[in-house]
Formats: sequence, structure tokens, C-alpha cells
Amino acid sequence: MSETPTELDVLKTTERWAGEGRKLALATVVETWGSAPRPTGSHLVIDEEGNFEGSVSGGCVEGAVVSEALDVIGAGEPRILEFGVADETAWRVGLSCGGRIRVYVEKVA
Amino acid sequence: MDRALLSALNEERAARRAAVVVTELASGRQRLVREAEVTSDPLSAEIEKTIRSGKSGIAETPDGEVFLNAHLPPARIVAIGAVHISQALAPMAKIAGFDIEIVDPRTAFASADRFPGVTLHAEWPEDVLKQRPFDAYTAVCVITHDPKIDDFPLISALKTGCFYIGALGSRKTHAKRVERLIAAGIPQSSIDRIEAPIGADIGAANPGEIAVAILASVIEAFRKRKMFADRRGETEAA
Repeated sequence: MSETPTELDVLKTTERWAGEGRKLALATVVETWGSAPRPTGSHLVIDEEGNFEGSVSGGCVEGAVVSEALDVIGAGEPRILEFGVADETAWRVGLSCGGRIRVYVEKVA
Repeated sequence: MDRALLSALNEERAARRAAVVVTELASGRQRLVREAEVTSDPLSAEIEKTIRSGKSGIAETPDGEVFLNAHLPPARIVAIGAVHISQALAPMAKIAGFDIEIVDPRTAFASADRFPGVTLHAEWPEDVLKQRPFDAYTAVCVITHDPKIDDFPLISALKTGCFYIGALGSRKTHAKRVERLIAAGIPQSSIDRIEAPIGADIGAANPGEIAVAILASVIEAFRKRKMFADRRGETEAA
């Protein structure tokens, strides 16, 4: 078996991190419109220190998902995030590719 | 996600069985539906569709939005024949993201020296397949040129509905192969699924180039989603 796909397997990483006692949230792309960078079902796992593996976009919105994930780890309730095109008011996080995605973030417990 | 559910999911994935994680988005309620359990699930029709298409997505139900995440086994390539082409194919397949295994009972060919770091079975395909049967997510490339080695896994691949089946050999060699398969009772419609000569028609002229041609064909079969056997109604009950 090749090594790389194993190392990059987010769900295996999630299981391993959980086994190490780390507090985790799992983010999943549940819906996409237009040219979204990652397909539905893609995962990103985040620990309570902000370490993460995987991706829900091409790196465009991961930062925002990580900070939301930290809240989810604290609060325990899942939440749904939505990201669209990065607009002119540059402070908003968005997707430069012009797509739109919905991301479900849940605690791993 | 519940940790027990996560472990159960990873177990299914490691065993190369399809599974779907069903999440009610409003409540966060979640369940794992294994391939064998689909028919008894209340969302069986939607789940079946998700497995068949390989596309995860949201289903609208009386309980609100439900996300169905399809976890299908990763595609793997099994090459029958530890030949020169396989030596080129193995590293290329890995780079492209496929698991690859090589099967060849001829120990002089199937040696770790010739295939460093590759899963190698120096046994007859008949014996290897008992332990590690093909599935719909397997691409089978028979490339020994020897009917004694090639024919059994070829027939097994056809019966299983592997998403890609290719066989090395000239048109003349293949014509003889077709005669043997017909004699073995394989229907013509199945035989037509064999790509022979193997690989994309790019004029490949040496082992490395043939490996590229084979990999191109496998990727095409995988990405254009010819991989779902039930679409073709060819799957023998496992």
C-alpha cells in the first residue's frame, strides 16, 4: 500500500488524534454551487489548538473554518457555515474561484 | 461525530466496503449505514443512489435536510504479471493516487528487488484471490502473456464487474483469448469490456510508455465513473 494516501487520510488522522485525547471538530463540505474547489464529503479535522489536516476548499476559507471549529469544540453544538465569492469589501472571507460552499462543523466526541 | 461511529466507519473503509454516513443537519443526529444494511434503512433509495453515483449530497426528508456522505473504497490496481511494464506502472500508479498490487507466481519475476516497496504476491492468482478477492473498485490488468496465469483472474474480473479490465497482447493473441473465454461460457457482452490491446491508444512503444497508456485508461474508467458494476448488472453475488 502506498504511504501518502494513508498519511493524508483525514478520517484515520481523526481517529488517531481522538485516541491521543485531543479535543476535535470535524468539518465536512455538505453542499457546493458553481466551481467549488473540493467536492461534497471533503473533510477537515481541527484540534483545540488549531492544528488541522485535510481541506474543505483550496486553502481559501480554512482559516475561518478553524476558528469556528474552536467554538464548536467549546460549545459542543454543530453549526453550518456558508462561504461565497470573496467580495469587494475584502474583509469577508470567500472563495476566489467564484463558487459557494456549505460546511457542516461538528464536535468529535 | 461519535468516536464509535468513526471507528466503525474506518473499519468499513479498511475492509474495502462501501458505507454512508447519514447526518440530520438540524439535529446533528448521525448514523452509519453499511452497504449490507442499506435496504433496511428508511432512506434506502437515497442511500443507494449515493453509493451508485459515488456523489455525496443533501437529501430533503420529512425531518429536514440530511447529508449523505458516501465512503467508497479507494480504487486499486491489480497487475497480473511482475513484468517490465509493471515495474514502470507501480510507481506511476502510486503517484496518481492508486493502491497497486502485483501478482505473479513466477518468483524470478515477482521479487522484492525488482519491485521495491510494492505489495507483491508471488503466488498463483487463484490463491491470492481467495484471500483478496477483486471488487467493483478494482482495476485489473493482465499482462503476463501466459494464459495459464492470465485467464483465471481475467474471468474473475469479468464476473466481479471490476471497473477496468485490460489485457496485454496483440489482436491475434486476443482473438485466441476470446475463443478461450467463449469456451469457458463468458458472454460476448462481458468479453467486450476487456480493453485489448491494453491501454490508451497513444502509440506506446516501450514498457514505460505502455504503463502510461494503461494508467490513462484506468483513470478514464475511474473518473468517467464506469466503475459501478450494478449499472451494468454484471455483479455476481459476492
